[in-house]
Amino acid sequence: MRYLPLGDADRRAMLATIGVGDVDGLYRDVPRAVFETARLDLPDGLGEIEVERALGRMAAENLSAGAAPCFLGGGAYRHHVPATVDYLIQRGEFLTAYTPYQPEASQGTLQAMFEFQTQVALLAAMDVANASLYDGATATAEAAMMANRLTRRKRAILAGDLHPHYRAATATYARFNGFEVVARPPDPDAADDLEATIDDTTACVVVQNPGAFGQVRDFGALAAACHRAGALLVVATAEIVSLGMVKPPGAMDADIFVGEGQSLGNPLSFGGPYLGLMATRDRFVRQMPGRLVGQATDADGRRGFVLTLTAREQHIRREKATSNICTNSGLCALAFAVHLALLGEAGFARLAEINHARATALAGQLAAIAGVTLVNDTFFNEFTLRLPKPAAHVVAALARRGILGGVPASRLWPERPELADLLLVAATETNGDDDIAAFAGALAEALR
Amino acid sequence: MSEGSQAVSASSRRAAAASATRNRGLEIDELLIFEQDVPGRCGVDLPAPPRFADRLGGVRRAGPIGLPGLAEPQVIRHYTRLSQKNYGIDTGIYPLGSCTMKHNPRLNEKLARLPGFADLHPLQPPETVRGALMLIDTLAHWLKTLTGFPAIAMSPAAGAHGEICGMMCIHAALDARGETRTHVLVPESAHGTNPATAATCGYAVDAIPANTRGRVDIAALKRRLGGDVAAIMLTIPNTCGLFEDEVLAIAAAVHEAGAYCYLDGANFNALMGRLRPADLGFDCMHLNLHKTFSTPHGGGGPGSGPVALAASLARFAPLPWPVHDSGGLWLIERADGAAVDSIGRIKGFHGQFGMFVRALAYLMSLGLDGLRQAAADAVLNANYLLASLQDVLTPSFPGPAMHEALFDDHFLKDTGVTTLDLAKALIDEGLHPMTMYFPLIVHGALLIEPTENESKASLDRFVAAMRTLAQRARAGDSGFFRAAPRLAPRRRFDETEAARRPILRWRPAKEAAE
Repeated sequence: MRYLPLGDADRRAMLATIGVGDVDGLYRDVPRAVFETARLDLPDGLGEIEVERALGRMAAENLSAGAAPCFLGGGAYRHHVPATVDYLIQRGEFLTAYTPYQPEASQGTLQAMFEFQTQVALLAAMDVANASLYDGATATAEAAMMANRLTRRKRAILAGDLHPHYRAATATYARFNGFEVVARPPDPDAADDLEATIDDTTACVVVQNPGAFGQVRDFGALAAACHRAGALLVVATAEIVSLGMVKPPGAMDADIFVGEGQSLGNPLSFGGPYLGLMATRDRFVRQMPGRLVGQATDADGRRGFVLTLTAREQHIRREKATSNICTNSGLCALAFAVHLALLGEAGFARLAEINHARATALAGQLAAIAGVTLVNDTFFNEFTLRLPKPAAHVVAALARRGILGGVPASRLWPERPELADLLLVAATETNGDDDIAAFAGALAEALR
Repeated sequence: MSEGSQAVSASSRRAAAASATRNRGLEIDELLIFEQDVPGRCGVDLPAPPRFADRLGGVRRAGPIGLPGLAEPQVIRHYTRLSQKNYGIDTGIYPLGSCTMKHNPRLNEKLARLPGFADLHPLQPPETVRGALMLIDTLAHWLKTLTGFPAIAMSPAAGAHGEICGMMCIHAALDARGETRTHVLVPESAHGTNPATAATCGYAVDAIPANTRGRVDIAALKRRLGGDVAAIMLTIPNTCGLFEDEVLAIAAAVHEAGAYCYLDGANFNALMGRLRPADLGFDCMHLNLHKTFSTPHGGGGPGSGPVALAASLARFAPLPWPVHDSGGLWLIERADGAAVDSIGRIKGFHGQFGMFVRALAYLMSLGLDGLRQAAADAVLNANYLLASLQDVLTPSFPGPAMHEALFDDHFLKDTGVTTLDLAKALIDEGLHPMTMYFPLIVHGALLIEPTENESKASLDRFVAAMRTLAQRARAGDSGFFRAAPRLAPRRRFDETEAARRPILRWRPAKEAAE
């Protein structure tokens, strides 16, 4: 009971102040038929040593990505997080604070989020970003609903190389929210003619850059086609580090940017918690979901920061809110902000170049293996290989050799047998030359 | 006294204006990172990449991004100084009603960072992540046992995400019955996410009034029930801090009308280990791991909002979920076979795994005995505050309360002092304010939830401060309150102007002037 400060003497004194004999008297409004009637088969509490031992055993059953050369991407990327990041986000004043509803007592969180919004807007080359959403998939669904509100249309076209989880989450929201989703078939070659799918019922086209198969494209012409039809272009990014080199969505005239921010500051953590990013144009901001921090002036004329434009949000507008989101990914956003503050302009561009260089080296070595072909014309730090046999079998064989050798397309598109021979492979700054050589050697063996 | 404090305030303002640094003692005035930029400076050492042939197909960024350059010590100082302008649970009592700001154990943080958990890719081959699947399955077992439901969807990312997950499952179940129902009922006292969730899920929302006892008006509810009602969303204990003592009759009436009962589990802290919500007649409920099970709020997330489901809703659960077979634990990620009725994915990957590690560490630390004691202590602490303040504040409803105590602003009538003023005065006392102006069904609400982690001495300090402030308000010292806070890192903001002409990002001085 190390977390409970009350002792029995305290409890007795407090019960006397209240005027009840025991604590069960405080539960007297609970129907007797259900109160303390079920026998719950759960163990009693444990000391720190025992809990650490039990969970440590579970952790030891896993092959951690740091213990094997790891080339997995598919929407989650293994980057090096500087020690400073984790130290700073664990400061109790950040870690244990609530959503900053009392600005005079929350200037730390608020200023950090104002800076985060600026960082995200700069990366995407958009006017304004929010203070985060849950993850890339839910941010995509929110973007589609935002486009519906802005265009008063109810039809979203999802590119064939949008991450399948982003596509699936958007389709789930669409079914219940009441809009139509046109999901284009998987498109490893980035050959789909999306412009031909747009008409005057289209609310938005959602594309991903780099795509889920790794292709990098300029969507400027698609943006123009969207705008001619009165539709919006949503550009999603699953690997935010790509924006250190790749032309940003704002420069392609996109209307809404969404993304997954995990790559900066956040561990893989088996898929969560991550952070959803969203940015847009100034003129669309009142339809943007999620929290927004704005600059304000206090009674002494000093600059500070507050939550603002809250008339969009559920706690003010209830069923007329732009979204039901309340808690977002504040601490993950702080980790992102600290990592990006450390990198700065020079470091972020350098990080992107290293990722691209590692991926080009890896692609060269893997594509030289007999029977392996590189599908991509273009890529950033992730690309797709066509193998002479099902990729899932190859990945299992590589795992037995101690290599985490990419994501079989069948894991992300299980309903698409025609993609079974495709393997998604990513490289980051954490993969050295020795990792790459080990992977190439093991893949050649596994295919022999 | 009022004049005296204003004089102090004015002199401290002059002192701040007079300090050469703009600092106020150890409270450091901190510029934005963008205002500390030294071009080329960097806080990370990365080697120059080897020469490579660019494979971007010409889709390159043109020109700089505009990020500032800082070295590592500057970054550490920046965020350390910012942190010092924040108040957290680690600082002191944080009695936000309906937010359950309980202690965040550091053991949980340590365990979530074990490489076998933190350094796991979500798409690793299942054979390499058996321990992670076991952890999800073990936490699911705890949560199912505590709630009494046979199934649980682990992927929702927060409370509101759990709400929409549960409402989607209800919608899917009605679809499967071939029924189109258009309305969801929520009590007037509901948290704003409930109506927003129902609307996002495609439903029209009708509010059900409260009775004079702060509970759902069951007669009004029965009048409204009909073939167009899909579900009712209830919070128990409700946002007045009260147990809905007619819940069994409510659930029976709702079920008789062919609708479902959704439970918002935000306030489960009062009940854990003492009753199972499934026994109250609910069909599903979400849990907030970041409220009830001690994972940190982090200044606004991340949360985690698993949804427990009755047998009638289990087959509609979102993907993915773990299953046992002869080979051990696997993940079902495909909507066919046993999962053919699933609503599909509602987010990427498998849920807020890092939060699962923390929540399971908490559950194992407390155990069933500790959870029962924590619930009882949370209820005891709230009732102690209610009893200690009822003669100076105005309780909205007679007790007993559950985990939180609700007051309205009747005690401030004709004083010129508002709930907001009182909250700001608490900040000057070094205490975080309570939830203000929620629930909406009482005027100028003050909703106080101390949690089980406050000692009696801490509660007594809070009570003493509140009593002093209440007396001061009634003594006619409204100027003192309107000027609060004086001693915080910032004084009150002009929030109207901030919303009228929003400045939502930094821009370079030249751009900002344009």
